[in-house]
Amino acid sequence: MSAVQTPPEVEETARSAELAGPVERPPFWRRHWRLLSIVGVLVLWRIGLAIFRGEDTLAVGGAELNDLQRSLNDLKDNIDAQRETNWFFNDVIGGISDSINWVVDNAQELLSQPAFPRPVPEIGWLGVVAIVVWIAYALAGVRMAVLTLVSLLAVGYLGYWEDSVDTLIITIVAVAVCFVIGLPLGILMSRSKSLTAVITPVLDVMQTMPAFAYLAPLALIFGIGAAAAVAVTIIFALPPIARISAHGLRTVAPATVEASKSLGSTSMQLLRQVQLPMARRTIIVGLNQTTMAALSMVTIAAFIDGPGLGVPVLQELAALDVGGAFVAGLCIVILAIMLDRVTTATGERSEQATRMGTDPRVRRWVLLGLLVPVGIAIYLSRTYTRYAAFPDGSDLGTRLANRVNSINDWVVGQLSSVTEGFKNFVSFNLLNPLEGLVASTPWWLAALAILALGALIGGWRALVSTAICELIILGTGLWNESMITLTTVLVAALMTMVIGIIVGIWMGRNRRVDTALRPILDALQTMPPFVYLVPALALFEVGRFCAIFAAVAFAVPVATKLVADGIRGVSPTTVEAAESAGSNRWQMITKVQLPMSRSSIVLAANQGLLFVLSMVVIGGLVGGQGLGYLVVRGFSQEDIFGKGLAAAVAITALGVMLDRITRYAAERTGREATT
Amino acid sequence: MKHAMARIRRGWVLTFVGAIAASALVACGGGDIQESSTAGSGDCGDFNIAVNPWVGYEADAYVVGTVAEQKLGCNVEYKNLKEEVSWQGFGTGEVDVVLENWGHEDLVKKYIQGDGTAVRVGPTGNKGVIGWYVPPWLAQAHPDITDWHNLNKYASNFETSESHGKGQLLDGDPSFVTNDEALVQNLNLDYEVVYAGSEAALIEAFRDAQANHEWVIGYFYEPQWFMSEVPLVKVDLPPYKPGCDANLEKVACDYPPYNLDKIASKDFMDADGPAAQLVQNFKWTNDDQNLVAKYIADEGMKPEDAAQKWIDANPEKVDAWVQSIT
Repeated sequence: MSAVQTPPEVEETARSAELAGPVERPPFWRRHWRLLSIVGVLVLWRIGLAIFRGEDTLAVGGAELNDLQRSLNDLKDNIDAQRETNWFFNDVIGGISDSINWVVDNAQELLSQPAFPRPVPEIGWLGVVAIVVWIAYALAGVRMAVLTLVSLLAVGYLGYWEDSVDTLIITIVAVAVCFVIGLPLGILMSRSKSLTAVITPVLDVMQTMPAFAYLAPLALIFGIGAAAAVAVTIIFALPPIARISAHGLRTVAPATVEASKSLGSTSMQLLRQVQLPMARRTIIVGLNQTTMAALSMVTIAAFIDGPGLGVPVLQELAALDVGGAFVAGLCIVILAIMLDRVTTATGERSEQATRMGTDPRVRRWVLLGLLVPVGIAIYLSRTYTRYAAFPDGSDLGTRLANRVNSINDWVVGQLSSVTEGFKNFVSFNLLNPLEGLVASTPWWLAALAILALGALIGGWRALVSTAICELIILGTGLWNESMITLTTVLVAALMTMVIGIIVGIWMGRNRRVDTALRPILDALQTMPPFVYLVPALALFEVGRFCAIFAAVAFAVPVATKLVADGIRGVSPTTVEAAESAGSNRWQMITKVQLPMSRSSIVLAANQGLLFVLSMVVIGGLVGGQGLGYLVVRGFSQEDIFGKGLAAAVAITALGVMLDRITRYAAERTGREATT
Repeated sequence: MKHAMARIRRGWVLTFVGAIAASALVACGGGDIQESSTAGSGDCGDFNIAVNPWVGYEADAYVVGTVAEQKLGCNVEYKNLKEEVSWQGFGTGEVDVVLENWGHEDLVKKYIQGDGTAVRVGPTGNKGVIGWYVPPWLAQAHPDITDWHNLNKYASNFETSESHGKGQLLDGDPSFVTNDEALVQNLNLDYEVVYAGSEAALIEAFRDAQANHEWVIGYFYEPQWFMSEVPLVKVDLPPYKPGCDANLEKVACDYPPYNLDKIASKDFMDADGPAAQLVQNFKWTNDDQNLVAKYIADEGMKPEDAAQKWIDANPEKVDAWVQSIT
């Protein structure tokens, strides 16, 4: 049966797995012309290095500024000088930030911070738990209500009740604003191609521009505290909801749309009665992604006094208390899991409800009835201290922190000699030579070589994007720094892919491994990277490799999951066919499963690169040189601000360049696999 | 379908009405929660203290904040910020005071001499030292290393994968005042400045160096709690004379001794409330600060608990700050 259903390309793969080198295949150079050309470009580049080493590298001194960077400095000074008098900053932005602050302040006094003259908030922990659990039940059912209850109690017992509620408040306010702006934006984008073309690059920039670069001016415009924290969160978290809801609306079945049009619906009716309800599930997926993005900004927002769990993470980092930072980070992970699961379940449920039409009356009475215990909980939490302030007695957080600290000390003690050797090996044999090649050749040679490689890997569309991005990088005046950063990013992405492919194959071939590893990968993805900076420093010492390690730790989960999904997606019939043809495990992996999931692997490389790139600035905190350090420096030194912002622009350009090259490569390999 | 939607919507309206009714029912109180009456007795009001990100500063901030809360009834807000953002906040009243300022000539120029939103409030009593330090084992094994003339002799020992064949001189958080690149050049040292990017990275490097007897030389400063864990040894650069650092590109002498001072918002000081007077009076020693910082960083106490412990042990010092406040 399997023989009948096997598609032709599978047959070929299976056959080639069996008989090595069939006679009728084209010659080696034609099959591999792309790879050969890439090698050729690299060889030419290396020869160029030997001739021109150190010429025209466009390296600049640390405090030197060019005109663009100086004008960015002036721009910030102007904002600083005018923010009190200019009507736009004072009335419009001032009004917006006052209203955000008003909402956050009131929510804090209601739920988390002492409401003067009370020593505790208006509603204490018991009341808050009851309300949130009730909402989770109303939206997502009993199981999610239980999950919510456990999560909230966990963050409380870990000792971060108030910070956790603050984080929830900031996240919910930011996500609400994102929804109010993002959904209409998505609707507009779904209706107009030209608008999409204009907005997409803006959304790209919002997602790839490192927040560190605009933190200081945001604090200048929105004021220090909650409003600026919400603003910085919105900038990063808005794109997913706009993009995903646009996609959802665009893919509503055209037949339904046509039918409804022929019944005489106006465009507004069509939207409200057909498109929005039918795209509801996708829109909730967008909301879910926006929520996750908002949570990942918690630590960054703490740099401008954004309330929440980021504050203890940074404080513990300053005291080098790995365990303490871990516990605070764990609370963020717990909240992320809670919000993720509840919003996902809400999406699934909304679909079920519209499809099955369960009687809402019974549920309504149940929900109303449950308000009685909620009311009692609120009453108790307003009346008794023990239900108002989360009980202090539990030392769960401290004990966990101490345990983590001792594990960390043990690991560092055991491994640091090995890891240091590894660091030196990679630095001297891979990082330094590559940096020599990329950053010590004249800019025109490096630019040409990157153009050629971009075109070979991604095709002519990648050539255009690469050229534009290179021009932008040249314009920022930070070519040499960008090349240093490009080197570390490439090495980090390479290591990410090596680990991602190995672990991904393991997970993809073995369900048990998958179930065991997936939650760890999820947690690693939501844990703020600041938490593992200190162990990274202890293991690898200050330097580029330490920055690379942090980036790899952050990027491996997403790459691994994509590879695993690709391997699992290889059709079982193909695997069976190969097995019956007598392939051993190694042949199965290298000749069948890897080639057939090639487009997932390229996609994993794309995501791995972008995740690595998003860590460039954090790497700058632990010895990563180049653009990342410049951005950190721009945030810290008044007169370097413009250079930091220019560095952030260069990082964005690098990101878009690498994204386009790999994305077009993914599309190409996808096409080649199907033809 | 329309009817189903309408029914669901009506259901939600009912539910919310129910929710509001239920919370109205519980609005009346009782029980054991005491509304505080002491706070607000004075006219202290809000007191916004910037908390810059190092532990010594946290010690200053929480001791002053706790005293302001308990003795003056202020409503203290701690704002966790870096120096540059803190100074931005003086003009808008978001930040009232920076309690430990290390020079920062650029910010002084912009906010004190420039738009006049900030004023100097005098020294904290802490003496700041900036310089190049080596771990104690190294100073013991090679005593002559603390003289800068001998640094080139040891340069190759300090080489790492980051220093391009020269000795590595480690620098920290870019917020900190540093002339190190100019110093290396003007003293003809065979070293390359490698930026660690954060204080945490710098401390971890020294901790590791002492534990494993590795060669590390880097920028550091006192007062610093880490000195009580690993007493780093300062390298003597050509001694500082007033004016020798006038031209930052030509500088070839050690860092000046810093009298760390307090900077406050001009409006805040002009209003002369109790909190402003406390800021004016606050003064302590390096030992005091190191003790509180050690409670926080070494013993893992919360900053407010560490401050409380010190306040309870030093009533006479605290009294000296608050006695004269009207």
